[in-house]
Amino acid sequence: MPKKVVSGNYAAAYAAKHARVEVVAAYPITPQTSIIEKIAEFIANGEAEIQYVPVESEHSAMAACIGASATGARAFTATSAQGLALMHEMLHWASGARLPIVMVNVNRAMAPPWSVWDDQTDSLAQRDTGWMQFYAENNQEVYDGVLMAFKVAEHRKVNLPVMIIESAFILSHTYDIVDMPPQEEIDEFLPPREPLYTLTDFDNPIAVGALGTPADYYEFRYKIEKAMEEARRVIKEVGKEFGEKFRRDYSQMIELYKTDDAEFIFMGMGSLMGTVKEAVDLLRKEGYKVGAAKVRWFRPFPKEELYKLAKNVEGIAVLDRNFSFGQEGILFNEAKGVLYNTDAHPIMKNYIVGLGGRDFTVSDIKTIAKNMKEIIERGKLDREIEWYHLKR
Amino acid sequence: MNTLNTLFGEKKAKAKKLVFKSVDEYPEVPLTLGTTLINFTGDWRTFIPIVDESKCVKCYICWKFCPEPAIYIKEDGYVAIDYDYCKGCGICANECPTKAITMVREEK
Repeated sequence: MPKKVVSGNYAAAYAAKHARVEVVAAYPITPQTSIIEKIAEFIANGEAEIQYVPVESEHSAMAACIGASATGARAFTATSAQGLALMHEMLHWASGARLPIVMVNVNRAMAPPWSVWDDQTDSLAQRDTGWMQFYAENNQEVYDGVLMAFKVAEHRKVNLPVMIIESAFILSHTYDIVDMPPQEEIDEFLPPREPLYTLTDFDNPIAVGALGTPADYYEFRYKIEKAMEEARRVIKEVGKEFGEKFRRDYSQMIELYKTDDAEFIFMGMGSLMGTVKEAVDLLRKEGYKVGAAKVRWFRPFPKEELYKLAKNVEGIAVLDRNFSFGQEGILFNEAKGVLYNTDAHPIMKNYIVGLGGRDFTVSDIKTIAKNMKEIIERGKLDREIEWYHLKR
Repeated sequence: MNTLNTLFGEKKAKAKKLVFKSVDEYPEVPLTLGTTLINFTGDWRTFIPIVDESKCVKCYICWKFCPEPAIYIKEDGYVAIDYDYCKGCGICANECPTKAITMVREEK
């Protein structure tokens, strides 16, 4: 298979090209810019036939993608942090109109203080917009994620947009080997889109975004949730097919690493889970029975998988590179919520790590492992939420 | 009350309103649910404008100001209000220089 050494951002751009996107509307923002620069380069060099719409803001970028997608085109965009926040209103329009747009969001901390470094709060703050969310651990997953995203999003029973999320700089600007299948094989995996409706069927004119009075609005919300439920099945199906075709399996919404006999596990999302896996290997040599659970899909949330996992471990250390002020880490909050009405109640502790690009290393994970072991032996939490890096 | 200069009811009588009895009957996407060919915004009205042609000087200020627009100029030069879509905002009555339009509480 052809391999390229590319940054996470270039992996995203290549994936968009290989997915044969027809329309790209985007606005530059650090650390996302090199995605859309690369796409512009493909177009300038005649390597890709894409309608590129330069817009004056991210709000307009998403609006243009919505318009393009409503005509039946395959639309793609990319953004980060402040740009994603500016898109917020249009994100609801995309999911409400059931348009399978795919966007790469490069996780970047929200200001102030001004920051361009990694932090998941920007994308997690879009949790309730009706977008699916996939967190990539490495450049390969950024590439694979974009290809799978279109297939999942455009599935006739789904028709919802997907956000593929990668870390600022740790992935976006770091070069790594990425395996890119031949175009024919990708075309076979991802055939042209069959839209649910199109604005360009002039014999059957339609209005998109119609008024829904209190008599009708409710049912349409339910339909979005039904589509999300379908997406759980479709994600696994598409992930399995991807694995069979390209030898990288994504059939699990939570990737499990050495969890079978684990006493406790680390759970988290995105690039930090690569470091965690490394630490798990080292900790196992030191006699710790630990494992890692990487939550790939945050929306739809992998409830079943989490339950099965939680049933077999004594403790879960949830690593959140994000925070919901007035509450706790967002993944921690979700995971606790899922388990409340079940019989799986491991000890759960929330570690707030790496905000705004603070380094999170193997030695930090070892410290956390020591703390978790003590908690499990004592059978009682010291504290529920730990601001791990805080200078005291 | 002069209710002759109105198109009220003609479109409405012909319209086939969309009624969904169960969630399965709904389309997957909220498309073309609310076009005004089947939904009549005049139903939202509390006050109805009534035109007194004996006071009308055909200045068409009401026609210019109506935000819908639900005021039409008839062949005889007087104005007609399309009550299917007039929301009863009262701007026409407020702007009319000869007070030829009055707002009357509509009995429903």
